[in-house]
Amino acid sequence: MKSFQYVIQDPVGIHARPAGLLSAKAKEFNAVVKIAAGGRESEVTKLMAVMAMGITCGQEITIIAEGPDEEEAIAELEKFVRENL
Amino acid sequence: MECVQGKAIVGGTAIGTVCLHGQAPVDVKRSRVEDTERENERYKKARAQAAEELQQLYEKALQEVGEINAQIFEVHRMMLEDEDYNNSVTNMIMEQNVNAEYAVAMTSDNFSRMFEDMEDEYFKARSVDIRDISERILMHLTGTAKENKLQGDKVILLAEELTPSETIQMDKDAILAFVTHVGSANSHTAILARSMNIPAITEISINRDWDGKTAAVDGATGMLYIDPEEEILQKMRDQMKKEEERKLLLDAWKGKETVTSGGRRVELYANIGNESDVASVLTNDAEGVGLFRTEFLYLERTEFPTEQEQFQTYKYVAENLAGKKLVIRTLDIGADKQADYFELEKEENPAMGMRAIRICLTRKDIFKTQLRAILRASAFGNISVMFPMIASLWEVQEAKKLLEEAKGELSAEGIAYKDVEIGIMIETPAAVMISRELAKEVDFFSIGTNDLTQYTLAIDRQNQKLDAFYDAHHPAVLAMLQMVIENAHAEKKWVGICGELAADEKLTGKLVEMGVDELSVSPGMVLPIRKAIAEI
Repeated sequence: MKSFQYVIQDPVGIHARPAGLLSAKAKEFNAVVKIAAGGRESEVTKLMAVMAMGITCGQEITIIAEGPDEEEAIAELEKFVRENL
Repeated sequence: MECVQGKAIVGGTAIGTVCLHGQAPVDVKRSRVEDTERENERYKKARAQAAEELQQLYEKALQEVGEINAQIFEVHRMMLEDEDYNNSVTNMIMEQNVNAEYAVAMTSDNFSRMFEDMEDEYFKARSVDIRDISERILMHLTGTAKENKLQGDKVILLAEELTPSETIQMDKDAILAFVTHVGSANSHTAILARSMNIPAITEISINRDWDGKTAAVDGATGMLYIDPEEEILQKMRDQMKKEEERKLLLDAWKGKETVTSGGRRVELYANIGNESDVASVLTNDAEGVGLFRTEFLYLERTEFPTEQEQFQTYKYVAENLAGKKLVIRTLDIGADKQADYFELEKEENPAMGMRAIRICLTRKDIFKTQLRAILRASAFGNISVMFPMIASLWEVQEAKKLLEEAKGELSAEGIAYKDVEIGIMIETPAAVMISRELAKEVDFFSIGTNDLTQYTLAIDRQNQKLDAFYDAHHPAVLAMLQMVIENAHAEKKWVGICGELAADEKLTGKLVEMGVDELSVSPGMVLPIRKAIAEI
């Protein structure tokens, strides 16, 4: 299992489009990718569930990947998150 | 006459007939199906058609309102593929033996309610997106397209709520204004209305009896007048006339090159002071941003903006400009712009005190954070960096050294950046006098005429009593401009003007004649200045 933490910088939080792109990105991997924040957790591939977490600016998120390509998945997602969120 | 105060979303005035948007919701009835497999296939087929339609809408929006605004349809397409949503529909069909229409409607209700109950305004507004995609699937399931009442005369469209796709699918030539009950400044409908330049107000309790009546909409104040009195009508007509004149100017000069009648090109950029100003840069057809003031990132807050926060802002602006030049001016705080957490000492004479580059070279950590953020954003667009309040050569050299250090750090961390053009503001008489030497150090100059005039004439800009002595066209200032331009050109560097003089139509001819290469003005002045240049 691999994971990283990040504090959301985007003023509107994880809004629709980045959530969509993030979910598309997570689908590229075999690993199961989850996002946790504020005591809730969801699979990143589930766009609406991620949006419904209502993650706002300044909130800390943890992204966790588990599976054969977890290392690669985490590296790619971390890059995406840093650039877009 | 009935006056209703709503919330202003998109400015502009309209007078016309009210047309109630046929919000006949698709009437969904529950029925029992035996062949659940077949019903589920029907659902999948309708969903696929909806996805294809969204792709077409995306392309339509891309052409009409630009990529940023078109993205909502891409998001909708992604939402259509959502696992939870699809599982919910399929489970209902398979396990409760219900028709696909009912399963979609119920799922839509459940999911949109989940968003409606959220606290954050942005997320709340997403419930509309859920209903939008659901209705689209329903339309394909039932084979009913929404009736389009909009034929013939232009109307003021009245609706409880408009989904983004309804907004974009409407013939924008048929609509004078949008009036809705639900919708925030954040809603995609508002964003689309803004980019289509159609007045819009919201938070109006819709009265269905208004259908067919005459109304006036004041998009700037959020007022709706039903059966307006003559006095109001006259006021609205006057407003419209002004707007029309402005629009004519827009139409005539939009998309044109900025060039004098003699064929000389001048770069015509816009000054902005906030990330949200990008929209007006694009609407007014500026060729780039000649001055992006970054103070808003630092003001009205209690601690320094982080590198990441700044990076996001710069990147957002750079990406939205899509390759057009973006000149980012580093922090120009001090003097009349103060932020407590900087803990600057109170000064006798702040205009000549600890401000701008002087703070940056004293508190290098603050400066470095900004430089790193700018460099990181440079990988996403066409960014130049500009240092303000330069008076001495060493200040430029020191600032450049720090920029190099920031580059070195990023390289070591494996973070991408591009080589950025380096410029300085010429706003002190000292910088004017040594401009030949300064030009050797940088790629460009931008003359800040407001401060330059204040320092040259020794007249405080803030003191209105001195207005009689303040001459924006003072020969001393004009002689300085000439000197700066000549010195820059002697070193083969370009010179712009970003102060108020750049937007002074009486002076445009003279500035161009002096050889200025670029003018950067407030977005609303771009087209008037383009016209002024063409008339030279």
